[in-house]
Amino acid sequence: MSVTEPAADHLLDVRGLSVAFTRKGRRDVRAVDGVSFTVDAGQTMGLVGESGSGKSVTSLAVMGLLPKRGVRVGGEVHFDGDDLLTLPPERMRDIRGRDIAMVFQDPMSSLNPVVPIGIQVTEVLHRHQDLRGDAARTAATESLARVGIPDPTRRLKEYPHQLSGGMRQRALIAMALACRPRLLIADEPTTALDVTIQAQILELLKELVRDSGAALVMITHDLGVIAGLCDTVHVMYGGRVVESAGRRELFAEPRHPYTGGLLASVPRLDAPRGAPLHPIPGSPTDLLPWSEGCAFAPRCPNRVEPCTESPPALESAGGRELRCYNPLVAAEEVPA
Amino acid sequence: MSATEGAAAERHRVPEPGEPQRHRRAVSAEDTLLTVRGLEVYFPIKSGVVFDRVVGWVKAVDGVDLDVPRGSTVGLVGESGCGKTTLGRSVLRLVEPTGGTVTFDGIDVGSLAGEDLRRIRRRMQMIFQDPMASLDPRQSVESVLTEPRRAHGIERGEATTVAQLLDLVGLPASAASRYPHEFSGGQRQRIGIARAIALEPEMIIADEPVSALDVSIQAQVVNLLEELQDRLGLTYVVIAHDLAVVRHIADVVAVMYLGGIVEQAPSDALYSTPYHPYTKALMSAVPIPDPVIEDTRERILLSGDLPSPANPPPGCRFHTRCPYRQPTRCDDERPVLREIVTGHTVACHWAEQIHSGEITPRPSAVVGAVIDAAPPATVPIAGDPTITTLGPPPGI
Repeated sequence: MSVTEPAADHLLDVRGLSVAFTRKGRRDVRAVDGVSFTVDAGQTMGLVGESGSGKSVTSLAVMGLLPKRGVRVGGEVHFDGDDLLTLPPERMRDIRGRDIAMVFQDPMSSLNPVVPIGIQVTEVLHRHQDLRGDAARTAATESLARVGIPDPTRRLKEYPHQLSGGMRQRALIAMALACRPRLLIADEPTTALDVTIQAQILELLKELVRDSGAALVMITHDLGVIAGLCDTVHVMYGGRVVESAGRRELFAEPRHPYTGGLLASVPRLDAPRGAPLHPIPGSPTDLLPWSEGCAFAPRCPNRVEPCTESPPALESAGGRELRCYNPLVAAEEVPA
Repeated sequence: MSATEGAAAERHRVPEPGEPQRHRRAVSAEDTLLTVRGLEVYFPIKSGVVFDRVVGWVKAVDGVDLDVPRGSTVGLVGESGCGKTTLGRSVLRLVEPTGGTVTFDGIDVGSLAGEDLRRIRRRMQMIFQDPMASLDPRQSVESVLTEPRRAHGIERGEATTVAQLLDLVGLPASAASRYPHEFSGGQRQRIGIARAIALEPEMIIADEPVSALDVSIQAQVVNLLEELQDRLGLTYVVIAHDLAVVRHIADVVAVMYLGGIVEQAPSDALYSTPYHPYTKALMSAVPIPDPVIEDTRERILLSGDLPSPANPPPGCRFHTRCPYRQPTRCDDERPVLREIVTGHTVACHWAEQIHSGEITPRPSAVVGAVIDAAPPATVPIAGDPTITTLGPPPGI
């Protein structure tokens, strides 16, 4: 896999992360297969992919939130010098919520519907900073105010159903940020929201990263969200990273046929109207097992002979990493 | 019966090569298939244990006028809770309108009952958002596609019809004997589309037809819908929250906010020069997959959330969030839709002044500035715009 030195200068250093779901008497499902990436403080990293690409399982594995049974996790996840995968559960519980926090997609199902917002936010502060009573309430009010919730004192007493979708997502972000974590993982934080609310939440996340110097891992299927937010982007397909690059390079010049296909298949507001869409044929479930070749080969317009014979390796060239035998254009040929 | 079948056959006929192709973008204003006038759908809010008192109304759709020319595509966009789904359903009378009229091909849909209503529903069909929830998991595809025809008494040569339908939506004929769970999301949506065209309808209302699908699949379904329109001469009302998808597919787009249409124009005009502040904000909020554009474009951030339709703000519905709000008139007087440019209607008092730059948005609402989530202090708290305590929001 990637031959980086065990350096402590990355905040999060994921190396060869694999997650397999084991089933009795059946073949394992390799949801994540040798994923490596690093995230530095103050940086925003994007993980893009469609359903089944393994992006959410990657984040759950980093957080140590996968069930213990029926799951085999391999590789290393270094956070601040510790390998999170080998850490005893008590230590992990100290880190989770304090140093690493997560925001989930659906704010309704990730908040407890029968507990007021205030108790859910103070619970984090109580657990990690030992704040109680008035001190905890003040801190909770502050964290709600920080994410732009109007009238936070009143909101603390309210239940999740009394808040709108955007407010719930803000409350969830407030909970995640209550202990000022150094790494925030956001798994499709705006997918369930309307565009105007999505714009508010994205602006909020940008601002929080800028002000707190925390690192952000943004998981999404929306290339538009990535384009406006992330410094580096990893495109996942079938459990592996197929292309990684800085966002400008990636969008200006996608090299992997999957990345290019994704960009060509979304209608854009700025494109001339009537421009035809070029969908990727097939569906994300038409996977070739990586052991037999490239998982994207069945849908790939650029497929060549070796694609279905052996899996391409992730190779770095010109500041990006690419897993493809027959990429779209050669970077050298295109003037910068 | 034979006359209608003949007409249906004519509609479904694939044009001969060489014959002049009907250009679906060219739409004559005279031939209007669907006319909606002053449509209102109010849901009662009930209270009390013994007596079911009605204590208020959720005005899901509140006075909507809409014309859908035959063979065209009208897009309805807006955020969740703006009433777009309710509007679509009330056209088919899946939800009973409380006021206004719906005229389909000269027939007043609201006055129909029983068999007449059933017969007209054959001519307007619906495609639903979630292809998993809208297909019976225990019904084979063949059964899904033959049932509507049987119910409407137009059974004939079923095996061939099913094969033809599947072929039209790009599924193999072998799919007929399979069940919904055996298909992927995109394929299921194709089955939903096949079911809608099984009755050879003239109009299809598609409620969020692609939003539940993966990005790479959305384009396949959008292309399929366009292809079917060209082949079968269908009229579409496409309801969606994704502005880019609507722009791609629709000829005319209506933007809804809190139960009313705030702006309506041909797709190109609307997207190139939006007049209404809400449309402007909506468009600037759509992320564009291009970092260069994302880094430089101006974005209008709306403060707060959609107010509760149970207690809509007085005056202009949008004034609580509008970055261009002007004192008193916006708060007091509800703007009506008026034509600014031919074919381009806007419900805003200040559309011209905003367009000419005479009125500028509050600086805090333009991007780069601090997020302005708290409602401006001067706004009267109209049932607090951020909470929805009364009843479920419409469209859920």
